[in-house]
Amino acid sequence: MKNQFVNKPVRKKDAMALVTGKPVYTDDIAPKDCLICKVLRSPIAHGIIEEINTAIAEKVPGVECILTYEDNPGGRFTMAGQTYPEPSPYDRLILDKRVRYVGDAVAIVAGDDEKAVDKALKLIKVKYREIPAILDFRTAKDNEILVHPEEDWKSLCPVGADNKRNLCASASDALGNVDEILADCDFVVEGVYHTKANQQAMMETFRTYSYMDTFGRLNVVSSTQVPFHVRRILSNALGIPKSQIRVVKPRIGGGFGAKQTVVTEVYPALVTMKTGKPAKIIYTREESQIASSPRHEMEVTVKVGANKDGKIRAISVYTLSNTGAFGEHGPTTVGLSGHKSIPLYSGLEAYRFSYDVVYSNVCSAGAYRGYGATQGIFAVESAVNELAAKLHMDPVKLREMNMVREGMIMPAYYGETANSCALDRCLSRAKEMIKWDEKYPCKDMGNGKVRSVGVAMAMQGSGISSCDVGSVTLKVNDDGFYSLMVGCTDMGTGCDTILAQMAADCLDCDLDKIVVSGVDTDVSPYDCGSYASSTTYVTGMAVVKTAEKLREKICENGAALLQVEKEEVEFDGNRVFVPGGPEISLKDIANQAMCNNTNALEVTEQHSSPVSPPPFMVGMVEIELDKITGQYEILDYVAVVDCGTVINPNLARVQTEGGLVQGIGMAMYEDVIYNEKGKNYSSSFMQYKIPTRLDMGTLRVEFESSYEPTGPFGAKSIGEIVINTPNPAIAHAVFNATGLWFKELPITPEKVWRGLHGKN
Amino acid sequence: MKIKFRLNGKMVTDEVVADTPLLEYLRSKGCYSVKRGCETSNCGLCTVLMDGKPVLSCTTLAVRADGKEILTLEGLQKEAEEFGGFLADQGADQCGFCNPGFIMNVIAMTKELEDPTEEEIKEYLAGNLCRCTGYQGHLRAIQAYLEAKQGGIL
Ligand code: FES
Ligand code: FES
Repeated sequence: MKNQFVNKPVRKKDAMALVTGKPVYTDDIAPKDCLICKVLRSPIAHGIIEEINTAIAEKVPGVECILTYEDNPGGRFTMAGQTYPEPSPYDRLILDKRVRYVGDAVAIVAGDDEKAVDKALKLIKVKYREIPAILDFRTAKDNEILVHPEEDWKSLCPVGADNKRNLCASASDALGNVDEILADCDFVVEGVYHTKANQQAMMETFRTYSYMDTFGRLNVVSSTQVPFHVRRILSNALGIPKSQIRVVKPRIGGGFGAKQTVVTEVYPALVTMKTGKPAKIIYTREESQIASSPRHEMEVTVKVGANKDGKIRAISVYTLSNTGAFGEHGPTTVGLSGHKSIPLYSGLEAYRFSYDVVYSNVCSAGAYRGYGATQGIFAVESAVNELAAKLHMDPVKLREMNMVREGMIMPAYYGETANSCALDRCLSRAKEMIKWDEKYPCKDMGNGKVRSVGVAMAMQGSGISSCDVGSVTLKVNDDGFYSLMVGCTDMGTGCDTILAQMAADCLDCDLDKIVVSGVDTDVSPYDCGSYASSTTYVTGMAVVKTAEKLREKICENGAALLQVEKEEVEFDGNRVFVPGGPEISLKDIANQAMCNNTNALEVTEQHSSPVSPPPFMVGMVEIELDKITGQYEILDYVAVVDCGTVINPNLARVQTEGGLVQGIGMAMYEDVIYNEKGKNYSSSFMQYKIPTRLDMGTLRVEFESSYEPTGPFGAKSIGEIVINTPNPAIAHAVFNATGLWFKELPITPEKVWRGLHGKN
Repeated sequence: MKIKFRLNGKMVTDEVVADTPLLEYLRSKGCYSVKRGCETSNCGLCTVLMDGKPVLSCTTLAVRADGKEILTLEGLQKEAEEFGGFLADQGADQCGFCNPGFIMNVIAMTKELEDPTEEEIKEYLAGNLCRCTGYQGHLRAIQAYLEAKQGGIL
């Protein structure tokens, strides 16, 4: 096995199609005769539909059908794309009599064209009985108003859920006696950190089309990260067997977790089921902003205690998470807020992590890159920075003293050992890159402006341990080219390419000899999908295993053709040979496998990991802040990442840069704002601002690699961790410029100005 | 309404409903490179060239094409491949959904600005959003492309 492609910056296999604008996305390939589907949405935050009159709307020429709760076909289900049994409660119907947030689905209209559908939407008459809404999630737990009073609400896993208390999940975990240790510490910092909902804002909004195939089966083509979960979820939602459903994923215009929730699939699928006709739904940006799967709003209460010499002794984290109207990813995201923040610090005498996840009457939350770790790391890293300030200690030094290092056990991370960890090297390299010692904490520019720096560390996981499954099929075709069939979902991240890089190295062949295909649930091998930073690590390992087995098969067939024993031959990628003796080319083996052969040159292997090795990173930012206006900008952001072996340096770098900028947006201005009636004001890119290329300063990314023994070629994950440092690093830099701690995101210039001028 | 215009080099005569946005019209003509990312003229994904100038096709009516020359990426395949190769060599093609609109504007920029500075590049392209790349890879690709052009490699 030569290292020809792994760790090389090769182009993505689909690159040229993408850059030349080829029609490869869902809406580009949808049949032209699809019925257009749209959803009528609730104007109120909480209520019961008392009457719904569709008679006039149905008369609009071109309208095919209007579906209401009376047409709901299946039982309660969850839209969360998770492994069965899902931790997320079964709390929704496609169409329900109760509406639970402004934007909730009331009816589906399908028709020949958009104009007819739009007209019909306006003509549906609905009478609601309004119910008081829970709009402040701090009041949700044990509120007398229940978001899910229904008897058929169901939680499949023991996550501490109780719909009669508005609880989607609740649990706690501890080591030692935190209160005692904190009481004994010289210094304790305590803070309450509030992070808001955020939109993934992938450029391609949610979309799906569906049709019935030759065999009378429902075919669904969707922009999704979780095709196999979509199949199960549709089966639950529609009340039809899984065998009657096929799901295909074309190219996806970005996901970032948003598409780990089955946001749009049910609507056209139901229309196709009812009418037998092809149907599609393309969410508007507005719908993607108000009726989707944003980040969970969280309020994280942190206490960190240390001795005066800087030794951190105890951390306690309590997280209150807002899952909104439905519980998608509620029970799971919250866990990361503690399990992926506390373990950054080693040698704790005690820790405690507890949480409640509550229902409220806002848009259901979902999965967004970082998945709770982002929120928890903002809180814990901010508290540690505050601790450093209290101790009058350089925050980098404080971290050097306390951070997790290779070989250490991480009790708050399920007791896993950090078998690969270059966090220390990441920190020292980042410090060099930004010239920390010169710049910390700030420099007055003499014109009302201050330049300051901030720091944060981060971790994430690599797949969900003892849960995520990745499988791969490899087969040899005519002339000896390979098909690599995967069930994980490339959403622009480039996993089709990096898995091919690994396969090419395992099979000692050229990258062009590997043809990648995915995903089609009828033919792709099972994969839980691309989320939880699993693909490189979990599915990558499946590639390694599969290729190993396939090499054996190639040797078997080669040996048989050479009429020698299998043990005598070797395979070098091009030929099977007896050293110093006869040989046969892979081409001949492949072609002869198509005639009078019984040993198929095809292998499927599956992988799942008992551990989820964390990638680590350090982010440092330099900002310039105007003390008169509160305005500040990013000058420089350096990030040093340990994702184990970097499979493709270009793709890993761009992942990092993309994640940093999303994090910068979250830290500085991305904000989902609801009015007092529960209406989402951040419903467009006009109101919900994401960073442009003028907003990110200069990003500088480097890698400090460790070698993960359980990962393919030593690799860990990269996709999610990269969003975690900007929030605490920027909050820290703002403190170093102003002396003020901001504990609620986003940290807008207005908030800074108010703080500076005593207007809070 | 009747319109007559040149689309990617070919004359087209057509009947269009007056309120049809150019974006939807172009997609209905098979120009699938033209993407929609918003309804508020914020994303730049729908950028096409009208008489050589970049316009947002989402907020341009199809009837405005009358008498004009419209270029989408389908009509600029050579240029797209040329610059796109640089983008791909950075891994900054990513999901690709923003690529056509972005590349249209890069093509327009290289025609309009001579030897642009980093600031000029960023400003020219500020209206093209991308959620995947964080923009730094775009900048590397553009700088490498401009260098190659100046060096006569392209
Ligand atoms: S579609 Fe967003 S600017 Fe045109
Ligand atoms: S590459 Fe995905 S939005 Fe730009």
